[in-house]
Amino acid sequence: MIKAINELGSNVLASIEQIGRTFNLLVIIAWKLTQPPYQIYPIIKQMYFIGARSLTVIIISGVTIGMVLGLQFYNTLERFGSVGVLGSAVALSIIRELGPVMTALMVVGRAGSAICAELGIMRISEQVDALECMAIAPDKYLVAPKLVAGILSVPLLNFVFNVVAIGGGYYVGVVLFGMAEGSYINGMIDSVVWSDVRLGLMKSLIFGMLITLICCAKGFYLHLSEHGSKGAEGVSRVTTDAVVISSIAVLFCDFLIGAVMS
Amino acid sequence: MDTATTNAIEIRDLVVDFGSRRILENISFDIHQGEIMVIMGGSGAGKSTLLRCLLGLKAPTSGHIHMLGTDICHATKTDLYKMREKMGVAFQGGALFTSMSVAENIQLPLREHTNLDENTIQIMTRIKLDMVNMLPHENLMPSELSGGMTKRAALARAIIMDPKLLFFDEPSAGLDPITSAELDELIIKLKKSMKMTIVVVTHELESVFAIADRIAILGDRELIQIGTPHEIKASCDKRVIDLLNRTPRESIVDSDAHLKRLTRNAQS
Ligand SMILES: Nc1ncnc2c1ncn2[C@@H]1O[C@H](COP(=O)(O)OP(=O)(O)OP(=O)(O)O)[C@@H](O)[C@H]1O
Ligand SMILES: [Mg+2]
Repeated sequence: MIKAINELGSNVLASIEQIGRTFNLLVIIAWKLTQPPYQIYPIIKQMYFIGARSLTVIIISGVTIGMVLGLQFYNTLERFGSVGVLGSAVALSIIRELGPVMTALMVVGRAGSAICAELGIMRISEQVDALECMAIAPDKYLVAPKLVAGILSVPLLNFVFNVVAIGGGYYVGVVLFGMAEGSYINGMIDSVVWSDVRLGLMKSLIFGMLITLICCAKGFYLHLSEHGSKGAEGVSRVTTDAVVISSIAVLFCDFLIGAVMS
Repeated sequence: MDTATTNAIEIRDLVVDFGSRRILENISFDIHQGEIMVIMGGSGAGKSTLLRCLLGLKAPTSGHIHMLGTDICHATKTDLYKMREKMGVAFQGGALFTSMSVAENIQLPLREHTNLDENTIQIMTRIKLDMVNMLPHENLMPSELSGGMTKRAALARAIIMDPKLLFFDEPSAGLDPITSAELDELIIKLKKSMKMTIVVVTHELESVFAIADRIAILGDRELIQIGTPHEIKASCDKRVIDLLNRTPRESIVDSDAHLKRLTRNAQS
């Protein structure tokens, strides 16, 4: 019993330490980004990496979810005889909720895991140490471009997701069920206001930062993780952790933002 | 200043723990400017760990390390980085960046720390690659290299900035005798022409006595002996003699007794 409590306590402490470390990394990088030299090219390279890696999956999931929503809403709205609001229903749920969340989850699975594994492998193969020894700060050189790229890419991907998802809803409503084209599009334009777009944008910026930060920190601090794990086993474990934790963080944050903003 | 007696590195009462395990205890010795210091010791004796402390990568539990006048255990990040621009390091496993070709790996310090133009960078890269006999392989990726090639590429990267201090962790392990001998010559040449202070961790007895000005032998967590090759050869310490004569551990010679020890728990 006491052993169990001890274990629980040390686990809690380790988690707190990890959270502290992660936000510390964010602060250090934010500070270092204000110092010269300013390098744009590595950020663009990482944006290409994160964007290109996730674009296909974003488009496919966007279209699918748009179509599912179209179908679902059409069936429900038909019962109340208000199919006319299909456009606004689809657009609002996509822009306010599903777009940012789904984009973030897809980026976690596709690019976040890759980022974490890459940094973890660099850590265990002493590449991070080698950077240190060349007097190149590894947090600025390795992590900062990924973090900035994540913060910038996720909103862009979110935009793509929104467009194709609304397109998917359009396909179901207008093409499949023969709803009037004008009522889908006009309903959407009339009901979506600037504050909805702003909410979605804010969410995707925050999610982008959150997931890249968690995935980077997990891989980068592999050598400090609980069991001091090394080797392939350690990399695979932190990668799994990173995916799980960042997904949960996204969902929880979505709830928090929703609660605060409404 | 008399270069023969100036210390490039001073290690004082160094104690290093990994968790509750003590790896190094009360290590104190000096490394003189412009000498080649070879660190020897059995596998797991803590040679790489000592090197990591010298590089400022691992904070010792207690003790001091002064390097070219900087206390690297208590220096600020900025001072440490300034110090590191004067150091070159080749890690045991190479630690080449896997996303870059050999040439790009070697150029990285130049690109980050100097404003040289592209042409100069290319020429300097070629010179260093040629020194380690890697010129034909400059465009390969690290994943395409053999173990020995990786070592040589890492070496080229370590000397690209013409550092004052050079650290090699097992440079010659896994190299063929000819390349290994060439490397020994290169190390001696670097010392003579560039006045580098060089710290080498190695097991290869032949190359130890070919290059070393002084030798430090680690074992049982402590420094067993330090001295010139001549002094080491004349040592009376059994552990040193065993290491030099490649005497196998007793367990392997007296296999019956060892077998008993290994099966002790199984029988009871
Ligand atoms: N990250 C670590 N965590 C815990 N223990 C470690 C760690 N790194 C090294 N050790 C321990 O420290 C001791 C010394 O290791 P080190 O790598 O310095 O040996 P070495 O002398 O370089 O050996 P080799 O000749 O095989 O390279 C070993 O007993 C090892 O188990
Ligand atoms: Mg070693």
